[in-house]
Amino acid sequence: MKLAVACSPHIHDSASTASIMRDVLIALSPTLVAACVLFGLKALLVTAVCVLSCVLFEWGYEKLNKMPVTVGDLSAAVTGVLLAFNLPVSIPLWQAVFGCLVAIVAVKMLFGGLGKNFANPAITARIVMLLAFAGSMTHWTYGDAVSGATPLAIVKAGDLASLPPVSHLLLGTHAGCLGETCILTLLLGFAYLLVRRVISWHTPVVFMATVFLFTLALGEQPVYQLLSGSLVLGSVFMATDYSTTPSTDWGRVIFGFGCGLLTVLIRVWGSYSEGVSFAILFMNILTPYISRWTRTKPFGGVKA
Amino acid sequence: MYRKLHGVRVPHRKNTAELAAVRLPPPACVVIPMSMHIGAPARPVVAPGDEVKVGQLIAEAGGFVSSPIHASVSGKVKKLGELLGSNGRSIPTVVLESDGLMTPWEGLAPPKLDTAQDFLDAVRASGAVGLGGAGFPTAVKLAVKDPAQIRAVIVNGAECEPYITSDTRTMLDRTDDLLEGARLLQKFLRVPRLIFAVENNKPRCLAQLRARTKGETGMEVRALPSSYPQGAEKVLIYHTTGGVVPEGKLPIDAGAVVLNCTTLALIGQFCRTGMPLVEKCVTVDGSAVKEPKNVLVPIGESMQDVFEACGGFSTKPGKVLYGGPMMGIAVPDLSQPILKNTNAILALSPKDAVLPEPTACLKCGRCIAHCPLRLMPAEIETAYTLGRMDLLEELKVNLCMECGCCSYGCPAHRPLVQTNKLAKAQLAAWQKLRKEQAEKEGA
Repeated sequence: MKLAVACSPHIHDSASTASIMRDVLIALSPTLVAACVLFGLKALLVTAVCVLSCVLFEWGYEKLNKMPVTVGDLSAAVTGVLLAFNLPVSIPLWQAVFGCLVAIVAVKMLFGGLGKNFANPAITARIVMLLAFAGSMTHWTYGDAVSGATPLAIVKAGDLASLPPVSHLLLGTHAGCLGETCILTLLLGFAYLLVRRVISWHTPVVFMATVFLFTLALGEQPVYQLLSGSLVLGSVFMATDYSTTPSTDWGRVIFGFGCGLLTVLIRVWGSYSEGVSFAILFMNILTPYISRWTRTKPFGGVKA
Repeated sequence: MYRKLHGVRVPHRKNTAELAAVRLPPPACVVIPMSMHIGAPARPVVAPGDEVKVGQLIAEAGGFVSSPIHASVSGKVKKLGELLGSNGRSIPTVVLESDGLMTPWEGLAPPKLDTAQDFLDAVRASGAVGLGGAGFPTAVKLAVKDPAQIRAVIVNGAECEPYITSDTRTMLDRTDDLLEGARLLQKFLRVPRLIFAVENNKPRCLAQLRARTKGETGMEVRALPSSYPQGAEKVLIYHTTGGVVPEGKLPIDAGAVVLNCTTLALIGQFCRTGMPLVEKCVTVDGSAVKEPKNVLVPIGESMQDVFEACGGFSTKPGKVLYGGPMMGIAVPDLSQPILKNTNAILALSPKDAVLPEPTACLKCGRCIAHCPLRLMPAEIETAYTLGRMDLLEELKVNLCMECGCCSYGCPAHRPLVQTNKLAKAQLAAWQKLRKEQAEKEGA
């Protein structure tokens, strides 16, 4: 009789990389539905193109380099959805495809693939696109308005009378990136991820609370700062990306606080009305240091 | 209240919890290894051809940290042999041929207990070792310099590994022996506090112990959450008394002694009847076993015999384990004998025998969140891969108790605890070398 001999443990939890990514996709799906309702079926088209391109770029890169193909872990699909959610619905599709190339090849695969990249692929691609295609990346459409201003831009311009009511912010019925406006569905996704223990509450809660409290202290429309722009999308889905953020609770608190602080600095004093992407990217770069400062203290450990 | 240590929720699979142990018919032959404990192997005191009876000494303790071994069947010594153990080392054995009668040895008598030393001698003579799996000689554990150091004895009935129910059966079926042992500890070691610690997935054990300890002073029964590794020594001490075992120190330095409940029942049994450790209650289970049950097996009987007594295999097993699936040891063949510290043998079907292939680390932090000792397995893995001994030292991989929570919960299926084991050994060797070099330079 031939018996397998191996080191314990001999059983394994059912969670896998693919099951985690599937949970993230499930958490994102209500917002995709909302985006289609708010911005029309073009939102679905943009998302589909981004997902397909991301998966194809990863597959192609791995085939070309004779590496094992890992698109089955669904992480490329998650990147595709997240990038799409950070684009205006009117984005030319070729620009979206270019963004996917940046996200998957330049930011993820060239650094070694899943878990090895130091910057969030979707965030970095969005920033590259913002710089490269400044016009189409800030061309907002909502409903009949060909070019509406986002609530944050309205706050920045000081035209407080034309701000939409708060209920519109929760439902997402205003101009903005296609996946960032509907706060209700984003929070639904947040709850799902918490229940499924895919992410911890630390980063999103600290991130959002920091933005709220600082803008409250500065008298800068805290409710609008919290509920518009990509703060909720970014803090729940991007600032919790595993490989580019700290993996200890305290590290996540510091990360969230840093993101919040930088977001406020950029939004209030910077030249952009939006600062979440820059804040997250900057904190991504600090992550290795935060991780080193926030190592866990072993139980019973004695200082050498 | 202090913060609970982390762990993982493993499936319970306590299929055999309601099945009282059945005694198997005597085997034709038993192979008794001389090393079923931590420490020096026992020295055989019998020669081939000698007649032995159940409970008769066949090997004496080979040193202070060692334990005597007794005949588990009556019959004749066939030979003094060698066995390739599951750890890959060759172990001397005494092979007994059974006469099928299981005659007890005439010399068996309850020990005379007047002083604390008498009691410790009795514990030693009973052949008791840590029956939860560790196999550390119990007499050595109890021989603390100053008994006043023992502020609490924790009787470990957590049984947090999946499948295993042999401790459950001890608590239910051998309550008398268990309480006898507890009273002796109180009497001779003046233990002020005796805590029966049981996971809350064993309500019957908890109810029975609560009912039977009513009226006893200094005994308490604690229900603990069912979370693996609740029964690990450091975890159990912290969750029952709040004591923290410092790095490199023993539980007694936290004022605690942890005894497995079956070990304590054995002590009670020996002091009552004089019958030493010759038989084990073993849970036989796993996806390849036809009739999972608890059986009473003479020490030294082969796994093959025991599985056959449980109806054999429903499918050809792919992996066979000593102990539970979280920390159990996989054996290369079924000729391996039941040992003193065997509490379960599991046969897993080929489907359950292979774990998924590892993929890239996601840096999700689950290993950190799950580690009861708050280590950082993913960082340790990186440090080990880079050969950074200084970093391994800083990350305190030496504290790892190898419970396996990190590997169990890793979504990328990385062999984290396996790497910890390698890293521990490499770090220890590096530290030894550094010390030697420092001494050479100093000289």
